[in-house]
Amino acid sequence: MIELQNVCRTFIVGDQQVAALRDINLRLDAAEYISIMGPSGSGKSTLLNLIGLLDRPSSGTYLLDEGNVTQLSDEQQANARRDKIGFVFQSFHLVPRLTAAQNVELPMILAGIPPEERKARVQVLMQNYGLSERADHRPDQLSGGQRQRVAIARATVMNPTVLLADEPTGNLDRNTGWEVLKLLEGLMDKGITLVVVTHDAEIGARARRQIHMLDGRILSDEQTN
Amino acid sequence: MKLTDTLQFASGSLRGSPTRTLLMILAMSIGVAAVVVLTALGEGARLYVINQFSSLGTNLVIVLPGRTETAGIGPGMLLGQIPREITLDDAEALLRSRAVRRIAPLTVGSASLSRGALNREVVVLGSTADLLEVRHMSVGLGKFLPAGDIHESASVCVLGNQMKRELFGNEQAIGQWVRLGDRRFRVIGVLSQQGESMGMRTDELVIVPVASAHQLFNTSGLFRILVEAKSRDSIEDAKHDAEQIMFQRHNGEKDVTVITQDAVLATFDRILTALTMAVAGIASISLAVAGVLIMNVMLIAVAQRVKEIGLLKALGAPPKQIRALFFAEAALLSGIGSVAGLVLGYAGSVVIGQVYPMLPVSPPWWAVVAACGTALGTGILFSVWPARRAARLDPVAALAGR
Repeated sequence: MIELQNVCRTFIVGDQQVAALRDINLRLDAAEYISIMGPSGSGKSTLLNLIGLLDRPSSGTYLLDEGNVTQLSDEQQANARRDKIGFVFQSFHLVPRLTAAQNVELPMILAGIPPEERKARVQVLMQNYGLSERADHRPDQLSGGQRQRVAIARATVMNPTVLLADEPTGNLDRNTGWEVLKLLEGLMDKGITLVVVTHDAEIGARARRQIHMLDGRILSDEQTN
Repeated sequence: MKLTDTLQFASGSLRGSPTRTLLMILAMSIGVAAVVVLTALGEGARLYVINQFSSLGTNLVIVLPGRTETAGIGPGMLLGQIPREITLDDAEALLRSRAVRRIAPLTVGSASLSRGALNREVVVLGSTADLLEVRHMSVGLGKFLPAGDIHESASVCVLGNQMKRELFGNEQAIGQWVRLGDRRFRVIGVLSQQGESMGMRTDELVIVPVASAHQLFNTSGLFRILVEAKSRDSIEDAKHDAEQIMFQRHNGEKDVTVITQDAVLATFDRILTALTMAVAGIASISLAVAGVLIMNVMLIAVAQRVKEIGLLKALGAPPKQIRALFFAEAALLSGIGSVAGLVLGYAGSVVIGQVYPMLPVSPPWWAVVAACGTALGTGILFSVWPARRAARLDPVAALAGR
């Protein structure tokens, strides 16, 4: 459960203040499927970074699972990120020297989970995502779709509350893109809130709730069935 | 994050760029090896000098004619007097002290030694029977100078090992006559081979009774008196007694110098230890340079791995964990470098030991500890800045590779 109240984010570029987000009020419930659309520079990535605790609002309040996370220290924010938030990036962001399995294992290593449990959880996930045979391959030996599936496995291995995907299909061809999208949509069954940022209207239209942004403001917030 | 995982992750990223890692380890190990080898040399020199002194005898007090202290101008100096010489009676008088076990008066000169057509210049040592014990010499063949009245001359001599070989080869030397200067001496003993000690090659010596040496060189003064104290504790008493006795015998004039072997040894020890430490200090500069190199490499690593750092942050690594990862990398680099340097340094010491067999080359433990400590210290110290820089990266910008 995520709630943003009067959130603003301004950047200082040179000697000018640029407002990336202006007075955003937003509430996302558990197991929701939200797409955020808008042209480049409309503030959708900034919004995603704020929700993902990678960035702090210049003003306003952010409640994550009823807790105010705007006032948390860097370390507490990092822990919240680790336990509650999963990221899927356009360019996958896999560590090139680690195998697929090791990349999936990484968040659990950071969390200090014992090796046996890590191995077991990685194995289950790799099997679910059809990556078992590719577990010992490095990212450069994997196809784009496989890489993104590894990234999704990594994002979900800590059982997050919310999964944030920034143009998850941007670097994939149409067919693999659809497969990846279906994989992401399947996560909602586990109660994960799915937020997809895209400027592809066709992909955005798949979400039950569609948010359009322009110039740092929410232009429309529609619920479809 | 667990410590083992941190180390594993750090070693993984080191393996990710093997050339850079190897070069860093090389730089670190050269630094450590330099410290180890140079201190081993310094320590070797120190031990060498100490061994030389110990082979001179134990619990020794040495009485020299003349005063080496500068305490103003004495009346003797104004009159152009040379210091009064030390006589055999002075030497005998020293035996009155309770602290003294035995003494060996020494007269040194050079004379030509000949047997038939063979002839060479040798150092002649005039002394008494006790010299054997005082100077820790040992007789290979025959016997040493006879005990008895030290004023009594005798036409007998003891040859150094090499002198015997040069004059007699494999022939029987004991009982043969040799000519020393204008006198004839009968060989009664040959010293066993001893090598060099304190610049005096005992193998090339000829030893005769002190009274005979006085006649040979037409003197009555002694070069010095070696006094052996009863025990280590009585060295100071022996020194004090020797000073008192000489003071009384020389009509209340302090015209001799009494030094203890320990004092000389301690001085040499201090000088050479200081030298070793200075050399170690110079060598550790290379460790500091290696530290700067580590910093440079870590900064490059941070710049190259900006995206990875951004990712780690996105996956929930707090700043201190990012710092720990970079510290672990630096610690691994300098740790492996230290071990490699130790191996290199010890190998170098062994080689030096082979080249200079008389030097007891071994790196002192404090230098080994200090070298490794400095290596680890500089490695981690110089990675503070890169690690902080990595920890402070803005995750959004880092993920974008900025």
